[in-house]
Amino acid sequence: MTTTTPAPPRTAAPQGRPSAARRLRSWFANPWGRPRFLVLITWTYMVWAIVPVLIAVQYSFNGSRSRTIWAGFSTRWYISDPSSVINDPTLSSALQQSLKLAAADVIIATPIGVLLALGLARWRGRGSGSSNFIMLFPLVTPEIVMGVSLLLVFTNLFTFIHTGTFAQILGHVTFSISYVVVIVRGRLFSIGRQYEEAAADLGASPRVALVKVLLPLLTPAIVAGAAICFAISIDDFVISYWLSSGGNTTTVPMAIYAATRAAPLPSTNAIATILSLITLASVVLGYAGYRIFTRGERAAGQGMVGDMAAFDI
Amino acid sequence: MYPGWLWRGFALPGVVWLILLFIIPFYAVTAVAFGQVNPTLLTPEPVWNPLQWNVGWMSEALTRLRPGGDLWVVVVRTCEYVVVSVGMCIAIGYPVAYYIARHATRTKSLLLILLILPLWISYLMRMLAWVNLLAPDGYVNRFLIWSHVISTPYGWLDGRPITVIFALIYGYIPFFILPLYASLDRIDKSFLEAARDLGASPFRTFLHVTLPLSKTGILGGCVLVALPMFGDYYTPNIVSGAPTTSMVGNQIDLYFHYTSQPTIGAALTLILSFFLVVLMAYYMVTVARATKEQQA
Repeated sequence: MTTTTPAPPRTAAPQGRPSAARRLRSWFANPWGRPRFLVLITWTYMVWAIVPVLIAVQYSFNGSRSRTIWAGFSTRWYISDPSSVINDPTLSSALQQSLKLAAADVIIATPIGVLLALGLARWRGRGSGSSNFIMLFPLVTPEIVMGVSLLLVFTNLFTFIHTGTFAQILGHVTFSISYVVVIVRGRLFSIGRQYEEAAADLGASPRVALVKVLLPLLTPAIVAGAAICFAISIDDFVISYWLSSGGNTTTVPMAIYAATRAAPLPSTNAIATILSLITLASVVLGYAGYRIFTRGERAAGQGMVGDMAAFDI
Repeated sequence: MYPGWLWRGFALPGVVWLILLFIIPFYAVTAVAFGQVNPTLLTPEPVWNPLQWNVGWMSEALTRLRPGGDLWVVVVRTCEYVVVSVGMCIAIGYPVAYYIARHATRTKSLLLILLILPLWISYLMRMLAWVNLLAPDGYVNRFLIWSHVISTPYGWLDGRPITVIFALIYGYIPFFILPLYASLDRIDKSFLEAARDLGASPFRTFLHVTLPLSKTGILGGCVLVALPMFGDYYTPNIVSGAPTTSMVGNQIDLYFHYTSQPTIGAALTLILSFFLVVLMAYYMVTVARATKEQQA
């Protein structure tokens, strides 16, 4: 800011590379034109969002019992230590329980969700409006409200269902259905009805049009929906917590929660790392499946990103 | 071409499932909150008929939540935490979403992946990561001691409101940025060009074109993070655990899992849900009005 030459009019294009002082001044005069400030914030945010998790992953490979002081690389918290993921009965049974719940959730919620999406998209008449409305509620209801209400209905009305694995599965399916519906319905709207109409014009029966035309077109969304069911089920903490009956109905997020509040060991980091890798793998597989099945369609990735964005809203 | 009953039949299992396991359970909360308590076993006795509802427990819960009641401080604290956290989400999230939507070119795909990534890393793992970093001998305290800001380790995890607010922001901000990014990305670029052609400075363009057009995105993001924050209990439990940072969700958790008073817990859940429905309705009315304005 100590230049002695008079500053050129602001409209004049600077010749060559502008000096640092001028760059700084032009940045103050027009902070939105050259978004260095935004670049800084964005990358700081990204580092802040990701790096702590990477450090936690690093410490799952720590050689000592500490989660804060690095003592060299080791896989003892995964396989060899008495309290490693494999040897600690709490952790290994939690992993089994999480996988069991997620698999059951995919098997039950995906078909129900796909059928519901088809029904809601095409069914006109009494009850369709309110059904559409009901479907949206599980997406915005805070999980604690869902957890409390399921717990109370199982303890007071459907008393033949006891808390435990079966109740947890019912809970997971209840919040997963809507996610499948949102994804499949997005795909239904983007493919339209012309393919089925063409099939009907060519003499296909409704059953053939449905099974041979619509179902293959929906496959990418079904795959993506199943993957997302798996991911949200395996990540779920609240519903599993409210419907658990203790002991071997503890899931991995519940084990992490309990360990974090007591005295976490690097084995907690290790099981959290395994959990995150499973989730990421299922999402990546779902995305890859979507891409493979929509190969040849324009802007295929766009659709999936759009679906994911829609699913989060 | 399809028979009329087909689609209704397709929707049936899902609709029945949601009625049985979403609507009826919610009614069960109402029936317990307006029910009786067994005087000897102290278990809740739900009253299913609205005509026989007992308002005693509900009015007790409301009295305790009102100013002067013992839970009033929890209500105020929850609102403070949520308002501050949502405000910080806007302050951090808006520039990030704006940059990715408007300016990022070659790095856009990478930034989008990094933006979505935290959504698929377990929430509990992200909290665990910070519990490790904020431990007395964690990186944060070691850095602060090394840079002579403090001389002895600060007890970040000993019931500090600032840690809870920080954890809430860290946990929920990805859910704020993503819808905001989507709404900023949807803005028609020709509006910006028109503003520039008419002589508006970039700052004025932002203030009078971009900001108003992203209003629904901001509001949507706020509602999306505020709803789960109001019902959160595990974040304060993980990073603090002290009663001094307890939120409404912690009280509900307490009445069910520690003191076995499900009736009062159900009443609190019902009041919380009612409040959140009002919040949601406000959002939907605002969005409907904004859409109408844009179409006019």
